[in-house]
Amino acid sequence: MKVAISSKGNTIDSEMDSRFGRCKFFAIYDSEDKSTMFIDNTAASLTEGAGPAALQLLTAQGVSKLVSGDFGLKIKTLSSDLNVQLIVMRENYTIEKIINILNH
Amino acid sequence: MPRPKIIRKVADKPLISGLKPYGMSYPVKKSEAVFLLYEEYEALRLCDYEGHNQCDASKLMGVSRPTLTRICMSARNKVSMAVVEGRQLIIEGGKVEIGNEWMKCNNCHCFFVKFQHEDSCPLCGSKEMSEVQNDGEDADNELSLKACCGRGKRHRCQERTNHKIYHI
Repeated sequence: MKVAISSKGNTIDSEMDSRFGRCKFFAIYDSEDKSTMFIDNTAASLTEGAGPAALQLLTAQGVSKLVSGDFGLKIKTLSSDLNVQLIVMRENYTIEKIINILNH
Repeated sequence: MPRPKIIRKVADKPLISGLKPYGMSYPVKKSEAVFLLYEEYEALRLCDYEGHNQCDASKLMGVSRPTLTRICMSARNKVSMAVVEGRQLIIEGGKVEIGNEWMKCNNCHCFFVKFQHEDSCPLCGSKEMSEVQNDGEDADNELSLKACCGRGKRHRCQERTNHKIYHI
């Protein structure tokens, strides 16, 4: 199962971005082989609809959970159709810490 | 422009996407299918299957009590039409939001959308979680919900006696 985390930088010790659609990078963590991959968020520069475009980008990678600070209205309705689970994290954790929590 | 419809809350997607008739007693011309909306399916499920009264069901769906009655009437009309006329029933469409039940994990303090009967936090796996009643922006919706019961100012709705400030 793959989990996408919105990230401010492309290293494992960078902070999680509190925005979903307009974050710089996404960290994609695979819980099966415990690997982390960073991808550029190409949707961030769009004037409108950055969230749905980012979601499309991530579902193409097979992501089933999203972790971010907050999600927009469009994502909230779209995600239930796509069977993607939203997780809102209000604290400023680093990517590494979130991955550690995911591993319990 | 007319006022847009309020989004109806649907707890879960229906198990099936429709029903087909079989064993016609005499050959009939193939007729058009009946489209049952998601909100109508949910109204049927809450009122007739689970046996909630309409006031409770309307709160669960996030609409006013009179609106729920209208949805329910239309649903029964469509189901009966499908049964009597032997038409196919397809469940689709409607202005709905599915399974939007937000939960809060008490261990890692995250919020998440609850998925089908999940019993642990998707992030930390802890089982200590609580339901989120008001998600800030939904607070206005909740107020209007409690204010309406559709039976006039004087009617002693239980909700209203509990929350007296909400009447406009």
